[in-house]
Amino acid sequence: MSNPYIILPIVFHMAAAVILMFCWFQPRVQKLLSILFSLIGLGISVWLFRLVWHEGFQVTQAGNWDAPFGISFIADTLGSTLGLLSSISLLAVSIFSTVSMREERIKFGYFPTLHFLIMGLQGAFLTADIFNLYVWFEVVIISSFVLLTLGGKKTQLEGALKYVSLNLLASTFFLIGIALVYGLTGSLNLADVAIKIGAVENRGLVNMTAGLFLVAFGIKSALFPMYFWLPASYHTPPAAISAIFAGLLTKVGVYAMVRMFTMVFIGDTFMSITLSGLAALTIISGGLGAIRQQHLGKIFGYLIICHIGFLFAGLGIFTELALVGTIFYLIHDIVVKTNLFIVAGLMNKLTGSPFIKEQGGLYAKYPLLSLLFAIPLFSLVGIPPLSGFWAKVYLIQASFETREFLLVGSIIFGSFLTLWVIAKVWSESFWKDKPEASSSGKPWSTFSTKEKWGILVPIMFLSIVSLYIGLAAENIISLASRIAAELMDPSAYINSILGMK
Amino acid sequence: MKSLIFRTASIYLLPLLLLFSIFILLRGHYLPGGGFVGGLMAGVAFLIHSFAFGLKETRNIIKINPGFLMPIGLTICVLAALAPWIVSLPLMTGLWFEEPFKFVGMVGSALFFDIGVYLVVVGSTLIIMFTIADTV
Repeated sequence: MSNPYIILPIVFHMAAAVILMFCWFQPRVQKLLSILFSLIGLGISVWLFRLVWHEGFQVTQAGNWDAPFGISFIADTLGSTLGLLSSISLLAVSIFSTVSMREERIKFGYFPTLHFLIMGLQGAFLTADIFNLYVWFEVVIISSFVLLTLGGKKTQLEGALKYVSLNLLASTFFLIGIALVYGLTGSLNLADVAIKIGAVENRGLVNMTAGLFLVAFGIKSALFPMYFWLPASYHTPPAAISAIFAGLLTKVGVYAMVRMFTMVFIGDTFMSITLSGLAALTIISGGLGAIRQQHLGKIFGYLIICHIGFLFAGLGIFTELALVGTIFYLIHDIVVKTNLFIVAGLMNKLTGSPFIKEQGGLYAKYPLLSLLFAIPLFSLVGIPPLSGFWAKVYLIQASFETREFLLVGSIIFGSFLTLWVIAKVWSESFWKDKPEASSSGKPWSTFSTKEKWGILVPIMFLSIVSLYIGLAAENIISLASRIAAELMDPSAYINSILGMK
Repeated sequence: MKSLIFRTASIYLLPLLLLFSIFILLRGHYLPGGGFVGGLMAGVAFLIHSFAFGLKETRNIIKINPGFLMPIGLTICVLAALAPWIVSLPLMTGLWFEEPFKFVGMVGSALFFDIGVYLVVVGSTLIIMFTIADTV
């Protein structure tokens, strides 16, 4: 169904960023406006999601050029769901930023850049054109580079350098891949490419192109062995920035991967074996990496990698059930990872140290806060009935059905490693007594009321969302099943873009 | 720079280059040119002026903070892109006046988009220039 207003999430966040730029020197106004815009943005995303849920795919052709010649935008269930989740993350992070972000950083344009980042993400989720996808990726990378270096501390610049150089490399691979797709099919529109790529006789070249996309999206989503930039950079910026990165940046790579590998590059055994193998290795190396870290940010950074492996496992198995698992995990992961990094930021502040060895005594001092922190931590492990559990059930069931026992083993091993790591964090930071020699940190009672609410509201909001995902899992499963069915049979997607009945 | 020739020339170069940048901006829809190149050229015009008279003098001519040129330009871009919504057409559809205007030529939403780009580019080049000149 044609609907010119579906690009509203993109345009709205651009307009929000522009208005925030007008208030460049008024941090207070920027804070208020950013929360307001995030709320409206969430409203727009909910509207789009409901529209797609009830009335099916919505398409618009930018510039009124017919597909496949112009750039098409489509709101399908996957895209609108992820758009909704990124709006949820943005709302939490923008509330959290108002109290956690220092004034100098805001004066360097933190809030406009944050909204530009979300604009890029929304664009990536809505576009149906491969080159346009590349452009949105660039928007995301440039904004994230600005966010990562804001404040310009030495460690930040070091992390940012690794992040940017590897991501630029990924963009180059992506671009070469796009060039090859264009050379092979003469089109860049996803729907058109999906139809034409089947007729290409040179399967070797198609597979090579798939390999290029795998490397490009693999680097962006921190897949084994291309994940080194992530633990090197994610712990360096302030907690609010890490939170939005952890929740959304790697996931947009996974999204692009899911899109390309369910529509364009399908049915190749070698590629699916490669994906399964890489997924298993990602899970194991991420989990093992997390065990030996002491820095809270780095521990969670490695856990991101570990869980990217789960997402790729479903793509490697490539049955409808496995995709349900992947989509469910994606939904759960965005919310939980954002929350986790906000919590990590607060834990650092309360104990005065980012190293878990020097933390401690949180449970004795703040029992209620600790219970709140437990929700994201244990959702991450997937203790039933919290949100991480259901997705893993689907993934394991799917890998048993296709007899991929390597994946079964690594998923269980990865869950076990996650459990181990979270248990370690819990016992070190919460149960252990605080070491005498370490720095004292800032007690909760010295926070002003505004600061308390600014920290608690986003954590509670995200915790409620993740509890909903876990406790009302049947709703999320029906959503994930619908997305998986659409991904397995992309004909509806293709037909609505190309305007065929 | 203290050279008299350069100073005298730059007084004439500034308006000339600015006019030329607008010319480049206007011819840009079907011919080489457009908002980006035009904007760069306008930035260069101010750069030459600042070489001759110093940064302070250039800031005085520009009057407004170049930082605000970017959001103004972006606003124009967004509005030009959204204009087709009024007649319920998709984003960025080209809307054109039937008859060409005198001197300007065809006027349409694409031209306004280009003007927005022009302002953004002028704003960002000026900011880059001023910050570099400030620190050197």
